[in-house]
Amino acid sequence: MSFDFSALYRALPSLLMGATVTLRITSLSIALGLCIGIVAGLCRVWPSSVLRALSGVYIEIIRGTPLLVQIFLVYFGLPALGINLDPFLAGVIAMGINSGAYVGEIVRGGIESIARGQMEAALSLGMTWRQAMYYVILPQAFVRILPPLGNEFIALLKDSSLVSTIAIAELTRTGQIIITRTFKSFEIWSGVALFYFLMTYAISRIVRFSEKRLWYSE
Amino acid sequence: MSEWIVEVRNLNKYFGRHHVLKDINLRVRFGEVVSIIGASGSGKSTLLRCLNGLEPIQSGEIFIDGVCITRSGVNLSKVRQSIGMIFQSFNLFPHMTALENITLAPRRVKKIPQAEAERIALELLRKVGLEEKAYSYPAQLSGGQKQRVAIARSLAMNPKVMMFDEPTSALDPETVKDVLDVMKELAQEGMTMIVVTHEMGFAREVSHRIVHLDDGRIIEEGSPEEVLYRPKHPRTKEFLSKVINI
Repeated sequence: MSFDFSALYRALPSLLMGATVTLRITSLSIALGLCIGIVAGLCRVWPSSVLRALSGVYIEIIRGTPLLVQIFLVYFGLPALGINLDPFLAGVIAMGINSGAYVGEIVRGGIESIARGQMEAALSLGMTWRQAMYYVILPQAFVRILPPLGNEFIALLKDSSLVSTIAIAELTRTGQIIITRTFKSFEIWSGVALFYFLMTYAISRIVRFSEKRLWYSE
Repeated sequence: MSEWIVEVRNLNKYFGRHHVLKDINLRVRFGEVVSIIGASGSGKSTLLRCLNGLEPIQSGEIFIDGVCITRSGVNLSKVRQSIGMIFQSFNLFPHMTALENITLAPRRVKKIPQAEAERIALELLRKVGLEEKAYSYPAQLSGGQKQRVAIARSLAMNPKVMMFDEPTSALDPETVKDVLDVMKELAQEGMTMIVVTHEMGFAREVSHRIVHLDDGRIIEEGSPEEVLYRPKHPRTKEFLSKVINI
């Protein structure tokens, strides 16, 4: 058995390209997921029961179905309704909507973890529910949300390998293509794994750093 | 304007099927200090929480400064601006300094400019003896200091009535006195106060009237001398014999 890591060396520029596509699609999905998730999470605790129910349904459906199926539904299913999206956009939309559900639960959990007395104290001072949320609850919840949010970002980055199935030349897809040419499975997949690890490690360092910056003792 | 800052008529409150407040009638005059005493679970804290709308009630009416707060559609936030509320567990905002805790509501609710709000806050911190803690976070303060900051925070809204929900029950014994001293000073300045308390010495010394709540019902009401020394109701006698050492 012999390994030829020079094949990996030659593949590095292509893998790097693939990694940048992975990063782009993941960061756009994170941005979209954050927007959806913050709204969904707030709706989960909103005084209006209609909003609570709606966001509950969204979260349950998304969490209860596979991301791969959601990606296929957006990319292969929507054209039946006359909506044709290019693969990259379809990937971002599917992953963003998916991540939004998880972020929503994280946001709800963070808000609910803040003691009820904080809301009561704020209301007692004459603040409205929204003011209390904005000035008192959310700043405290944000600190607690960061670590699970970091986990979600890392999970999303890894799950982005699923969009390789709709012909987006991200990291995993790039690896596959190189292997069909070189037949160096072990070397190339090792390289792909290493690239994923470097990116997730970077995210976890960034999250750790922000946690430290934001920490106040309770 | 009526002579009553707080008026409660036939208030009934249930937690599920549990009847916690039974036909409560209570009136508090401007400038009056009323202490509410009673055993744990008698409904004292719940009554106080009803008075500023933190707990919904099932029947009856509550008027604060002439405004019925139990009618639907009432602007509770507006009413609460004139009611200071002090909690057993302080509920200071941990992510803000003492100064920020005090200036938050005046700035965001009353739209008072920051410099002016901070000037008032520092004055109030001086009043409660904590001027040097203006830039400390709650975690850096003792229980008694936290409660005094909480009092300053409420006073910053310039309330017409201050409500205290067992303000010293969560404190180390040595810090209780500082808090009670601040409360006494407030009472002497003529602040209307409703105090749920186990501090019988404080109730006797400061309040104009003591109300004894037993199993959700007001069973005895009168001057400290009447209630503490010549209680009429046997349950009051029994309660006092257990708690009193005055």
